[in-house]
Amino acid sequence: MTTALHERAAGRTTADGARRTGRRRGRPVVLFLAPFLLPFAALYLAPIGYTVYQSLFRMHRSGLGLTAPTQVFSGLSNYATALGDADFRGSLLRVLLIGAVQVPLMLLLALGLALLLDARSTLFKRFFRLAFFLPYALPGVVGAIMWSYLVAPGLSPISAAARHLGLHLDLTSNALLAPTIGNMLTWGWTGYNMLIIYSALQAIPAELSEAATMDGCSAFGIAWRIKVPLVRPALVLTTVFSIIGTAQLYNEPAILHNVAPNLPSTYTPIYAAYDAVNANNFNAAAAESVILALLAFVLSFGFLKLVQRRGGSL
Amino acid sequence: MSAAPRQSAGPARWLVLGVLLVASVYFLAPVWWLLVSSTKTNADLFSGNGFWFARFALFDNVQQVFAQQGGIYWQWLANSALYAVGGAAVSTLIAALAGYTLAKYRFRGRELTFNSVLAAVLVPQPLLAVPLYLMFSQIHLVNTYWAVLLPSMVSPFGVYLARIYAGASVPDEVIEAGRIDGAGEFRIFATIALRVMSPALVTIFLFQFVAIWTNYLLPVLMLANDHLQPVTVGIVGWQAQRGIGPSAVPFNIVITAAAISAIPLVVLFLSLQRFWRSGLTAGSTK
Repeated sequence: MTTALHERAAGRTTADGARRTGRRRGRPVVLFLAPFLLPFAALYLAPIGYTVYQSLFRMHRSGLGLTAPTQVFSGLSNYATALGDADFRGSLLRVLLIGAVQVPLMLLLALGLALLLDARSTLFKRFFRLAFFLPYALPGVVGAIMWSYLVAPGLSPISAAARHLGLHLDLTSNALLAPTIGNMLTWGWTGYNMLIIYSALQAIPAELSEAATMDGCSAFGIAWRIKVPLVRPALVLTTVFSIIGTAQLYNEPAILHNVAPNLPSTYTPIYAAYDAVNANNFNAAAAESVILALLAFVLSFGFLKLVQRRGGSL
Repeated sequence: MSAAPRQSAGPARWLVLGVLLVASVYFLAPVWWLLVSSTKTNADLFSGNGFWFARFALFDNVQQVFAQQGGIYWQWLANSALYAVGGAAVSTLIAALAGYTLAKYRFRGRELTFNSVLAAVLVPQPLLAVPLYLMFSQIHLVNTYWAVLLPSMVSPFGVYLARIYAGASVPDEVIEAGRIDGAGEFRIFATIALRVMSPALVTIFLFQFVAIWTNYLLPVLMLANDHLQPVTVGIVGWQAQRGIGPSAVPFNIVITAAAISAIPLVVLFLSLQRFWRSGLTAGSTK
């Protein structure tokens, strides 16, 4: 985010050079950008426009269903239907709850681990950094399949351990589905977030901590009063990415469904939208997608505004 | 990595070590379970200690993976490689050109272009997959290699990275010198800028390669024909059969197949760590 400002400053110096040679530069700009902008328009902008457009229409079938259905304009009725659907509302609420609990826990863990790794006297830094980052290096699908077996009744070594203690533990039971998915997300993404925060910590000049130590500040005090405020941009960035990531939750529940048939196919909003596509109701899926995108947008930008108002530049 | 000063932190140091060890057990144990399980027979998966070896059947499992369903696993790996290498190579070149242009030329609409690229980085990808599927089915691209390759060739994140690197590493003086020597704009890009930006290009390629290799949503929507599918879609297809019935794929095969499919990424990650970090940190530090 801050880089954008730097870029603007850097761009200004180039501007003088460009102005001198004038119009001659116009043609290469168009030619150089076209290979990106044309596919970008076709494969990013067009689908977004298409989704919004489709969400405003509805397939109209004639009474007997003898003629092919026609598409008719239906205003916001798809949105009303989606929001009136208890399953879809439930899926929105579910990702909100998972996000509200899992994202703070994961980021606190990531921040804590990053601070410990950054402390000067910590041993085996390299090993720990690799270990924490390893889950991110596995394909998300492989991680999800792995966890689905780690919690599957019959296969799960965790349930087997509980059985040894005389406990019955089914991690795929309805009550434990959300914590299980939250754990899958935490396992998969903590290391990634930790590395972003850790890199920001490494950019803090060592003199700052040294000066604080001279002034009698404890290691904890240095971490809390000096380092954490300085890595604020990294924390904001990881939070925004995590909010967006939670909004698009699909792989983990879809793969968990293969060992936990009790997991409904409307578990998350994306899952519900795909379900609507499979039922050939694209107009409903489009409206659900737009609602989800707006929700993700409002939450991530709302968060940005909130931290900006709470003082401190970003 | 300078030696720590004498101030021996004493018990605090061991406490920190203990906490980090517990955390690494949490992150490593599931992967260890996957590795151990890929050496077990299907029957042994259901008995004994999940985190320790039983009869060693790894080679047998690997053989079964590659024999299952007429050896289709080879095809899946080849498809993944095709999508990932092809998509990443093309998107890296396109992104380099676009990022360089955005960093080094001044023109109307430059900020607008860059801001829409930034916004696109934040658009949840799964939301694009469904409308893309419908658009592609209207022009009969669904169930072809292009259905996955084309969307893989556009990387807004790559453009974002390329612009940052080009802005920071390609000096204006060098470009000006090239112009004075009479080199064309494209030649300046191809001979000077590309070379200076090459570390960034590796990072962009790496990120795009990994994004394509691990992508599941787009290919699972686009490709019903399992001979076109990448390995992620293939394995989940096997897993979905739940180890029940005559056509079911046994658990040991799914587990071993999943472990094998992660190898290329783990190798890339370990051998190119430097480039991973430079990409991850591009957005977060000043």
